[in-house]
Amino acid sequence: MQRIVGEGEEETAVGRIIQVKGPVVAADRMRGAKIREIVRVGEEELIGEIVRIRGDVAVIQVYEPTSGMRVGEPVKRTGEPLSAELGPGLLGLVLDGLGRPLKRIAEEAGGPFITRGIEVPTLPRDKVWHFVPKASQGDALTPGDVIGTVMEGAIEHKIMVPPGSAGGRAEYVAPEGDYTVEEVVATLSGPGGREDLKMHHRWPVRIPRPFKEKLDPSELLVTGQRVIDTFFPAVKGGAVAIPGGFGTGKTVTLHQVSKWADADVVVYVGCGERGNEMTDLLHTFPKLVDPKTGRPLMERSVLIANTSNMPVPAREASIFIGVTYAEYFRDMGLHVVLTADSTSRWAEALRELSSRLEEIPSERGFPAYLPDFIASFYERAGRVRVLGSNRDEVGSVAIIGAVSPSGGDFNEPVTQHTMRYVGAFWALDKDLAFKRHFPAINWLRSFSKYLEGLRNWWLSETGQDMMEYRDKAMALLQRASSLEEVARVVGEAALSDENRLVLLAAELIKEGFLVQNAYHEVDTFCPPRKQALMLKVFTEFYDRLRPLVDAGVPMSAIQGMKSLGALRRLKFVPPEEFDSALDEAVSRLEAEASSLMAEVRA
Amino acid sequence: MSQIYGLTYRGIKAVKGPLVVMRSVPEASYDEVVRVYSEDGREWLGQVLEVTSDSTVIQILGDTEGLDVSSLVKFTGEPLRLPVSMEILGRVFNGSGVPIDGGPPVRAEERRDINGAPINPTMRDYPDEFVETGISAIDGMLSLVRGQKLPIFSESGLPHNHVATQIARQAIVPGKEERFAIVFAAIGLKHDEVLFFRREFEKFGALSRSVLFLNLANDPVIERITTPRVALTAAEYLAFDQGMDVLVILTDMTNYCEALRELSAAREEVPSRKGYPGYMYSDLASIYERAGRIKGRPGSITMMPILTMPGGDLTHPIPDLTGYITEGQIFLDFDLNNRGIYPPINVLPSLSRLMKDGIGRGKTREDHKEVADQMYSAYKEGTRARELVQIIGEAGLSERERTYLEFAKRFETEFVAQGYKERRPIEETLNIAWRIISLLPETELTRISDRTLEKYHPRRKPPTGGE
Repeated sequence: MQRIVGEGEEETAVGRIIQVKGPVVAADRMRGAKIREIVRVGEEELIGEIVRIRGDVAVIQVYEPTSGMRVGEPVKRTGEPLSAELGPGLLGLVLDGLGRPLKRIAEEAGGPFITRGIEVPTLPRDKVWHFVPKASQGDALTPGDVIGTVMEGAIEHKIMVPPGSAGGRAEYVAPEGDYTVEEVVATLSGPGGREDLKMHHRWPVRIPRPFKEKLDPSELLVTGQRVIDTFFPAVKGGAVAIPGGFGTGKTVTLHQVSKWADADVVVYVGCGERGNEMTDLLHTFPKLVDPKTGRPLMERSVLIANTSNMPVPAREASIFIGVTYAEYFRDMGLHVVLTADSTSRWAEALRELSSRLEEIPSERGFPAYLPDFIASFYERAGRVRVLGSNRDEVGSVAIIGAVSPSGGDFNEPVTQHTMRYVGAFWALDKDLAFKRHFPAINWLRSFSKYLEGLRNWWLSETGQDMMEYRDKAMALLQRASSLEEVARVVGEAALSDENRLVLLAAELIKEGFLVQNAYHEVDTFCPPRKQALMLKVFTEFYDRLRPLVDAGVPMSAIQGMKSLGALRRLKFVPPEEFDSALDEAVSRLEAEASSLMAEVRA
Repeated sequence: MSQIYGLTYRGIKAVKGPLVVMRSVPEASYDEVVRVYSEDGREWLGQVLEVTSDSTVIQILGDTEGLDVSSLVKFTGEPLRLPVSMEILGRVFNGSGVPIDGGPPVRAEERRDINGAPINPTMRDYPDEFVETGISAIDGMLSLVRGQKLPIFSESGLPHNHVATQIARQAIVPGKEERFAIVFAAIGLKHDEVLFFRREFEKFGALSRSVLFLNLANDPVIERITTPRVALTAAEYLAFDQGMDVLVILTDMTNYCEALRELSAAREEVPSRKGYPGYMYSDLASIYERAGRIKGRPGSITMMPILTMPGGDLTHPIPDLTGYITEGQIFLDFDLNNRGIYPPINVLPSLSRLMKDGIGRGKTREDHKEVADQMYSAYKEGTRARELVQIIGEAGLSERERTYLEFAKRFETEFVAQGYKERRPIEETLNIAWRIISLLPETELTRISDRTLEKYHPRRKPPTGGE
């Protein structure tokens, strides 16, 4: 191809700093540089990204502190946008917002503090993987096709032709054996020439990885959290937001979902959150045992830790890095859950950078392109038919993003824009948190658009018509909520007995079903079948006791029934003892009810 | 001792509030410290905010009165540093780390960048050692652990200084010998408040184990930005180099944020909520996140920032952003204070996020969590009954509501309220809790397991000594 070069427009590989202002640096002599290209800034070669170009001046946001930087220092171009390194070895890593393993950073820095200018690759270079070829010499391979596999813990890690490849006929496929990620495992020859493929490749984090088609999500993402699975379910490939002011239990809920969700791979992005909390996660995650495989959960997780005191631009990048990892595992035909805590910190990072670039602010100082950014993140969730000429596999990425609205006010821009792009919304409520009602998901303000497709799922998985119980329970809770309003004014004693029975039934659902203790050995995870049977009994409670009220049994007698305690405590019963405990609780309830009935008749 | 090499330049073009704009200088590097000298021999400390190919913007620490375009600027080539060694104990410094107690300069073991560096999250040790403060409301309901950052959300006129000094005086980790120190940063405080802290530290003999950094209300506003940073640099040295358990008190963070806003306005930055800069969250995080413990090192930094909420508004950006970074908050309440309850801690909006791992068997007592949960929800119920009384009068309450009303009253007067000098061991705190819980019928005790009831409920077990 012919290149047209104008006067004084020769490309240069090294520019020169002309301005330093916090994390924003400007450099001239940068002709040919591209937006979003990664550059190495200053003598210390700090990582930076080009965010604006005018003439031969490029404005760069630097991912590390710029103290000590001077005008005139060099800026080196790399020609590549911010990319994630993908390949075997990713699982089990704890990375910073730029994909650098934090353990390696500690080794390089020689201490507990993160110093700057450290360069370490994401994937271990010395580790060997046992490669089993799946393609043969002479096969025509296109992006997504599987060349071979390696076992990474319990996960079969597929080595695929990367999406950026031109494809071609396999001239060489490595025989079964042990290789490092740097060794060539296949050579393709195609229209674009010869191409050596290694076990790892790089992918620009801001560009979604391609797939064949997007499918309708219809499979429940089981989290074992009753209020979520039953009332506001998430699905594999779904997008969920969980907004809540501080102290409403956002992080605990996210941790629970990450721990228990029935996904193959979990990517957790700690974005601008507390260091100690991150440490808690780093301590507990490796100790968790996967209920399905009996192996450590960490073996199928990737954790990204960008705490609030780490550089702001890296915080903005961390979310995209995380979602790129998630898509990579999706492309292997796996189900992935990505949890991000918190997307508000990410949006604020965006605001901070925008204000440093002196862009005109929109709502509450956020840049006008905030909604586009939020959409571009949540739109990367989905259940898809994966790439590859010989593959008919489905993979998914579910995104669960925490939102930390300032002042707990859901009308702020991040919450509002997020609501538009998600399929489920778990609204955390300060009042519930005050009552130590956890998870503090408000059943009147939350929603899930995924309910529709799930009736059949519940029927086939548990044999119960869960959606019917759900509707009944919701109606009861709604009625109770308006009765509580009345009671707040006139006192509970002034309500009719029938109304007080509604309150009692609702209270049973709240205490016995909605409240779930994340730290209780049994209660922390509730399997779907147990959820369905529990809710069935609780929703039948009102119908069972209504005749007593009608017959004139005083409410105080009903409230004093001993069997209520057994019902409330059903959640603490281990699944294997559950059926007998349930039968016993129900027969005790019925026995007590009939004796009360007999008393009032006598 | 401040003999630092560097080149001196003339060429100031403009002075605007705390900002000085001068011509471009090849040596100037971002964030370095400069010294500015006027012709009549006065000296200022400043920091480079921006370097470009035609100008250098400097922020002066202190008042710029008397500074003019003929002043000289000397570049030191390094960021603001604090000299550290064990000699800092017992000393008093200003907000830039210069001794103001008339003593000699500190013989430095090392001079450290006051901005510190982020702790690698994989190198942190998770805080899980219970700190007994001897204050029932805190120990029982909002347990503090070593390495936690737990702010006091207060308002002007509330006794937050007393609460902070009582904690500083009484806090121990049960069963552990310790080397402890207090680092105190006064940010824009009134003189009498500083005097109060000094006197109290002296009274309980902690002055020799304290380091004081004072930026008083009439000291330069800009120095409020550096005060917490120099204090934390000292704390990091004592904790992570010398293995001491350091309690850092930062007061008043509201003044810090005001200074940040003032500076941001002077820089003509685009403001965010209520005029505070958009980077306030990251800025506060760079202070608060310096608390913690580090793997393989004995010391710890436990941080207690105090902030007075403007207008008592919890959703104001200062408490709001703080709450998102810190591990909970202790909320002081005007209403409780007016009713003569000291410490006026309202446990309902208060929280300690690290409590769950610092309490229970082997740490405090096995029933602790259940007791705290039950007390919390019952108190919540009681305050609701109290609201109801205002609408329908006490006569309109049900029996159950009346019980909760009584619970709330005794919770406040017997559990929360205690003397400034009173130190209650955790055992005593939990026993008082049980005494109040036993007001409620057992069917209401839904947060407590049968096993715990059997073992600890006063009506079930024979009372043991004291009570």
